[in-house]
Amino acid sequence: MFDLRDPMVPAVARVIRSRHETADVWTLDLELVDAVWPGFSPGQFNMLSVFGVGEAPISFSGEPTDNAHIVHTVRAVGPVSKALCHLKVGDTVGVRGPFGNAWPMDHARGRDVIVVAGGLGLAPVRPVLYRLMADRRSHGRVTLLYGARNPGEILYRHEIEKWRTRLDIDVEVTVDHATADWRGHVGVVTKLIGRARFDPADAVAIVCGPEVMMRFAAKALADSGIPEKEIYLSMERNMKCGIGLCGHCQLGPLFICRDGPVFTQDRLRTLMATKEL
Amino acid sequence: MEIGSLGKIIAAHDLFIGFDQAFLDLVTGCAKNVRVEAGRYLFHEGDPADEIYLIREGRVALEISAPGRGSMVFQAAGPGEAIGLSWLVPPYRWNYDGRSTDLTRAISVDAACLRRKCEADHDLGFAVMQRFMPVIVERLHATRLQLLDVYGSHV
Repeated sequence: MFDLRDPMVPAVARVIRSRHETADVWTLDLELVDAVWPGFSPGQFNMLSVFGVGEAPISFSGEPTDNAHIVHTVRAVGPVSKALCHLKVGDTVGVRGPFGNAWPMDHARGRDVIVVAGGLGLAPVRPVLYRLMADRRSHGRVTLLYGARNPGEILYRHEIEKWRTRLDIDVEVTVDHATADWRGHVGVVTKLIGRARFDPADAVAIVCGPEVMMRFAAKALADSGIPEKEIYLSMERNMKCGIGLCGHCQLGPLFICRDGPVFTQDRLRTLMATKEL
Repeated sequence: MEIGSLGKIIAAHDLFIGFDQAFLDLVTGCAKNVRVEAGRYLFHEGDPADEIYLIREGRVALEISAPGRGSMVFQAAGPGEAIGLSWLVPPYRWNYDGRSTDLTRAISVDAACLRRKCEADHDLGFAVMQRFMPVIVERLHATRLQLLDVYGSHV
């Protein structure tokens, strides 16, 4: 049996399912070939390698209680992610992980939770939403605000439609632009924050998406009264080793892979505003 | 509808919350209630911008037609929002189409009437500007973010 405790040596996993989500986004379900998966916490990531191509950090996007499958949602952008998206059922990949810290699920218990996601940023918070819905009575108001480029690029569309039918969670979706048949919100996701229902004095915000979007979303959340230490963001940098040794993902005094990827806004505000970083 | 109840509706709209009562009465004197069925256009590109709409219910898609692409919606305004910023700037013409995507109820303010009152009473004009400027700045900022195309693939 392979030992996953050595963080530098990849285990081999087999693709057991591949779903085409949007034009350039796929979700892969993986199963370890000769190792026992230890599970993950929402917010963590794996280093996935396509043999002969390279390795990339990919967040978990599946159900946290499902220890049989490792689920990752990938956008085909660079050579590694494109190779990952083109994998077929039965192909194998390398897996190192899980790495990084987690979204503040325990801290969020008993509070209002507002999740703000943009684009592919919905993938790393989907495990959070699964947890919140499975343990719905332990939280106050739960809100998901999601922004996408256009209606065709809405991730997990069928699931979002299902969540919207629930009476115990507020779900709002906006797109940057749309064709005339779209009847929903059009505009930036930050605009939805002002209309969301939550108690800023007793709320936790979870934000994930492109860094520019997160910067302005965090500002809008702070303007609405949520303290910066209660606004959590997931950062993305060029992660390589995954354990804080190589320094590729350094952001000022932080290593994103080891100290993050989840940070509070009070730690990030100055760092995100520093162009040299 | 009575002026009194119309005034209360305008006073409760996000754009005019906390607005001076005397000024509110002047705005109300230019206003009326409107109801627009889903799918109907409130205005078209090039039309005179002679009305400001304070949305109460429903949603209005603001769209521009592009050859070969049909109508592209670049913004949708919902309850608590105002559309019709073109009323402020000569030659007072709409630069896009406005289509009701749901049954929409709104307060329509006669722009020429309000412009006349603002011209006659600069205190009112300044107070009105103070209400519209944040909307304009917010839209400019939102437009910048949309132009950045933050959700696109950027390698």
